[in-house]
Amino acid sequence: MFPTPIANASKRVQVLYRVALPIALVVWLLPLIAIFFTSVRSLADINQGNYWGWPTEWQLWENYSAIFEGSPMARYLINSFVVTIPAVIGSIAISTLAGFAFAVYRFRGNILLFAMFVAGNFIPFQILMIPVRDLAVELGIYDSYSALISFHIAFQAGFCTLFMRNFIAALPVELIEAARVDGASELRVFWNVVLPLVRPALAALAVLIFTFVWNDYFWALVMVQGDHARPITVGLSALKGQWLASWQLISAGSIIAALPPVALFFAMQRHFIAGLTLGATKG
Amino acid sequence: MTQSPIAALWRRYRMQIVPWLFLAPALFMFAVFVINPIIESIAVSFYEWDGLGEKTWVGLNNYRELFDDDQFYTALKNNVIWLVLYMLAPPIGLALALFLNQTVRGIRLAKALFFFPFVISQVVVGLVFAWFMDPSFGLLGEGFKMFGLEPVAILADERYVTYGIIIAGLWPQIAYCMILYLTGLNSVSPSVVEAAKMDGARSFNMLWHIILPELRPATFIAIVVTVIGALRSFDLVSIMTDGGPYGSSSVMAHYMYDQAIRNYRMGYGAAIATVLFVIMDVYIAFFLRRMLSKERGR
Repeated sequence: MFPTPIANASKRVQVLYRVALPIALVVWLLPLIAIFFTSVRSLADINQGNYWGWPTEWQLWENYSAIFEGSPMARYLINSFVVTIPAVIGSIAISTLAGFAFAVYRFRGNILLFAMFVAGNFIPFQILMIPVRDLAVELGIYDSYSALISFHIAFQAGFCTLFMRNFIAALPVELIEAARVDGASELRVFWNVVLPLVRPALAALAVLIFTFVWNDYFWALVMVQGDHARPITVGLSALKGQWLASWQLISAGSIIAALPPVALFFAMQRHFIAGLTLGATKG
Repeated sequence: MTQSPIAALWRRYRMQIVPWLFLAPALFMFAVFVINPIIESIAVSFYEWDGLGEKTWVGLNNYRELFDDDQFYTALKNNVIWLVLYMLAPPIGLALALFLNQTVRGIRLAKALFFFPFVISQVVVGLVFAWFMDPSFGLLGEGFKMFGLEPVAILADERYVTYGIIIAGLWPQIAYCMILYLTGLNSVSPSVVEAAKMDGARSFNMLWHIILPELRPATFIAIVVTVIGALRSFDLVSIMTDGGPYGSSSVMAHYMYDQAIRNYRMGYGAAIATVLFVIMDVYIAFFLRRMLSKERGR
């Protein structure tokens, strides 16, 4: 293990490390800690300029209920879920099929098409913006959930296909061949042999894609105009203009917007990190 | 036993047809929403178009205008600053990973909390940092006052604004690089470390000559995602300053959006997007080349 385990170091270094760790953590998360405290402050505190001291009174319930009552925050939150969940399911479904094709079959254009999916991950969104927006208008889905959902499915398919293809390619080939020898059709091979084995990958991917889509801001800005379909990221930035210096509301709204992906991350931490660091270990 | 000709064909070419059936849905979506739009965008960049009326062919005029446009150079220059300063993320992420790669109690939670900034939306990150740097309410202002200095309005000052936004962007980016390196460090084989210790390699030397080469895959990914992140930067600029003051914190992605959506100049916007696309293609090609050469080695 590198660096040398702290347990082997002198007592003094060990104590130092244990003190340094929480301090580093607090400094690193200072902006978030501050925003949490602000979200429970009273307006009086804010007006007196008490932004960084201990709150004089805790208004957890008042502030958080105020954002749900006084703004379309609940609507934005629902919109985000309505867009994100089908997008996650759709992109993973089509990419598992594609990943299977790339991993299992040899055919002309295999590598080339796969490279195309991979490259798609890295392109700047702006090169897609004008035509995708026009397409949404032509299809009559501009300014609706469907516009965001279909675009996210297509775009996230790039990353998901890369991920699934590599995962499936690492499975033992013998399993697939054995099933074929037993007379299984290709669809059966996919459904009964491969799919059960890729479940952990599907979980990792689902957590990751949920976070990516939930946190999307650009496409929500480009494809949606009204509150009826506006996800929470754009909703929050719109409310910022409305709330001006009511930092306790902006903070509470930020916490609400951040909560679902954060909760998911803590619930499925191992999957999340396994997905994100794919390729960081094998050279 | 008789067989219809279709069944016979299917039987014969089954293994050639099947992969395309599995690929079809993803290929269709990708072609419609990604590949075709790229081609169309490049085409639009040769037109003057307000997004609604008729398109007028103007040839290379949009590009000529671009290379004469001060605002474009500001955006380009800011992208270069982003790129250079973002390169701090991999080394700082490595330093954090080295700091956290221990087995004391509670370290798992500590790692998760350090990674936290990456999980939350850039909109929230932008709001938090805009507030942090605000001269009248922010903690940074308090810090200035503590030293008896007048607080600097970082985000309202043309000289500092881009740096202020980049600091906000580095926060999640460092977290991302950290997690890549933590995973990388986990997979460095203990025997390599032990052997180096036997040879008397000491900490820094060992890091440089033994550990870093082992971490090359992690470094490669960290650099790729950091470069892409720097060139793609849009959210933070839009949230924190909307490109201001007076366009001084704009980047190409934001300038493109501004021209296309706010000024109804689709052709000009498409030209900016095309330039950005071409710049990023260099990095994409670099990444693909490495990935594919590995593929052939399998």
